[in-house]
Amino acid sequence: MPQEDNVPKPERIPFFQRMLDNPFLLLFIGVAMPTVFYILWGIMEIATIPVAE
Amino acid sequence: MAQFRVCPDSGFYFDKSAESLMKVNAVAGAVSLLIAGVLALGVILTRWQEVHLLPADLFYQVLTGHGINALIFWIIFFEIAILYFASSTLLRTRLAAPRWAWLGFILMVVGAVMNNVAVFQGNSSVMMTSYAPMQAEPHFYLGLILFAVGALIATFVFFGTLVIAKDDQTYQGSVPLVTFGALTAAIIAVFTIACGAIILVPTFLWSIGYINHIDAEMYRIIWWGLGHSSQQINVAAHVSVWYLLAGILFGARPMSEKVSRSAFLLYIFFLQLACAHHILVDPGISAEWKVFNTSYAMYLAVLASLIHGLTVPGAVEVAQREKGLTKGLFEWLRKAPWGNPVFSGFFFSLVIFGFIGGITGVVMGTEQINLIIHNTIYVPAHFHATVAVGTTLAFMALTYLLIPVLFRRALFLPWMAKWQPYVFSAGMTIMILFLLGAGTLGVSRRHWDMEFTGAALSFEYPGTAYMMMAVGAIGGVLGVLGGAMYLIVTVGSLVFGKKLEASAGLLQSFGVPLSSGVYNVAQPEQLPMAPKLAVEQHGSGGFEAPGTFVLAMALLVCFVVYYFINWDYLASVWPIS
Amino acid sequence: MTSYLPPSERIWWKVPVGKQEIIWIGIALVWCLIMFFMMPYWHVFGKQNLSNEAYQTTPAKFQARVDEMVAKYQVGEEAGIPIVKPPVGSDVYLLGRLWQWYPILELEKDKSYRIHISSMDWQHGFSLQPVNINLQIVPGYEMVVTMTPDQAGDYAIVCNEYCGIGHHSMLGKIYVKEN
Repeated sequence: MPQEDNVPKPERIPFFQRMLDNPFLLLFIGVAMPTVFYILWGIMEIATIPVAE
Repeated sequence: MAQFRVCPDSGFYFDKSAESLMKVNAVAGAVSLLIAGVLALGVILTRWQEVHLLPADLFYQVLTGHGINALIFWIIFFEIAILYFASSTLLRTRLAAPRWAWLGFILMVVGAVMNNVAVFQGNSSVMMTSYAPMQAEPHFYLGLILFAVGALIATFVFFGTLVIAKDDQTYQGSVPLVTFGALTAAIIAVFTIACGAIILVPTFLWSIGYINHIDAEMYRIIWWGLGHSSQQINVAAHVSVWYLLAGILFGARPMSEKVSRSAFLLYIFFLQLACAHHILVDPGISAEWKVFNTSYAMYLAVLASLIHGLTVPGAVEVAQREKGLTKGLFEWLRKAPWGNPVFSGFFFSLVIFGFIGGITGVVMGTEQINLIIHNTIYVPAHFHATVAVGTTLAFMALTYLLIPVLFRRALFLPWMAKWQPYVFSAGMTIMILFLLGAGTLGVSRRHWDMEFTGAALSFEYPGTAYMMMAVGAIGGVLGVLGGAMYLIVTVGSLVFGKKLEASAGLLQSFGVPLSSGVYNVAQPEQLPMAPKLAVEQHGSGGFEAPGTFVLAMALLVCFVVYYFINWDYLASVWPIS
Repeated sequence: MTSYLPPSERIWWKVPVGKQEIIWIGIALVWCLIMFFMMPYWHVFGKQNLSNEAYQTTPAKFQARVDEMVAKYQVGEEAGIPIVKPPVGSDVYLLGRLWQWYPILELEKDKSYRIHISSMDWQHGFSLQPVNINLQIVPGYEMVVTMTPDQAGDYAIVCNEYCGIGHHSMLGKIYVKEN
């Protein structure tokens, strides 16, 4: 994609800015975080509750 | 071929299909709000013990309908309209897959109607949470599932529209901050709806007899992935609306793109963990899980909200000071357009969300403090500050802007619109503060009778609790009145409002270049980047927005004091371990 | 008019952030960390914490435990509900069902009891009034909470999780006596 052709020696976009410009990466992170920490960890907590004698 | 109309007053571009979809979603939202508002009256007039309007069965039915219509249907319909606006209009691009968008809308309407029918038939008074093993009619769950599927389609139409805008190069560089905020909301929506599907589909199968057991605790954890996250969509959405309104009203620019976007990024990472707020006094879940999740991983999402709390009014202050309102700390605020409901609605939403909704939310979401608050009427008081004022009022303020811009109508009864945010905020604030008080005295939420009529044993709440419920209810009635004023203005404008054709000059003070015409653009011109600052102000050593900083410090002081008051209260109850 | 336009700088990430925002972010971050560490602090030094102790159970199993305790330690009856005075420090069983808390407990002031709570049917809310301690009671799960009543008096257990049409009449009692 030669879209920066008209900019003389374009500076590389910093990593964080590129991350913030990538909606699908953010979507992945935004779904993965709560799925792992809230849902999966939570289900593990329930599953490991011992059975009463 | 896409067809665009340029709003002659605001300069916004509207893709034809996106425009129709925004309109129908906003209208469907307003209809849901109407139902929710009427039912709200039944709820508060029953909880006002001296009035005690409805019998128990009707009360629980009305409460179920009120919760679902207000917390799910109204806000999500309206948020879909915002997603389409933030993608198609703000990026000047055509909407991706309009047929799918319509399918999504139809599913949402069918689902909402089906669910309401189930509630009004009377055998599904299970509250918004519908905690298993209490069971509703199958179409109660099916309605919610269809609604969720429709909303998910709409969310992916939003993502598709972002892709089209990038491919068509309708803008250079990054998307606008408001669109980025809407993206945050859309991401949270995907998780929300996925949780809804994961738990409601088995629950539906259980209600028709295909599955014989739903684990109650499992249901609670996954359901709250839906129930709480849906309110986090609101936070992201109404913060974006604040930025939008600050930009439109004042020409405000974000104080720092980096700071505001990073704050939204913290929302994406951590905001949804707070679903754990509802699980803090549940059996068998470890303290580690509770502490980590309830604190959004060390309160990083609260940090984000505190940042927005500074940068939104800060952006307004900077813009006002640039216009010469530089006297003292607060001339910029004193001379703001208080008679314009777009501004007053925006500002009350910001203040009440931050000072009441935000602080109470963090306090009651503290693991141990939740012991003295869980399921008391403190909880609904809190979320009326966040959702009913924070989100709803922000959306109301936006509506007053959309009526001329999107619907091309003049406001009906502008004097009523002018007073509406005041009446609504005052009523809701009274209700919220007094219900917070009643909750501190232990009054239960979702409870028909605080006198326990017919109980084998007896218990009496202190007289103060009755007084607080009564004053709170009066505030609630005033809030309903404010809601009615909004609907009268909105519906009146669409039915009786003068049609605006060419430039009406209504919004010219926004300083946006005017152009005219209806659907006369096949390919909109490329979106310009924001103009550069005339004077580089950052890093000059001075404070750009000192008034806002004082307000922010005031918020923090209230926060700290109230937080430790609650620890002190907790320390006074029976030791438990 | 820029919050809804693309940022003016191509590389906005490197635009310096104003001093005011940096100071505020610093203050806010410190406050967030204080709030975070208050919770583990309270686990160590505070007296009001929930244990993780809980068991998966069934209504029948739990009912048997309750009946056993009632048979052993019943000291009276009120409104048809047995009043039970369990030994200090013992395991006490309390069940919630439509629409009653069963049985009524008589405890001694300043003594600790291991109170097991579960539901026989739907979800209930254990709301001890006027102390204002609130717990979520979930069917199929038995929650164990060690409570130390530190004031004598009559206490009510209000159900504060909606459990159907008789929800408002679901009251229980705990009597705390001076020893």
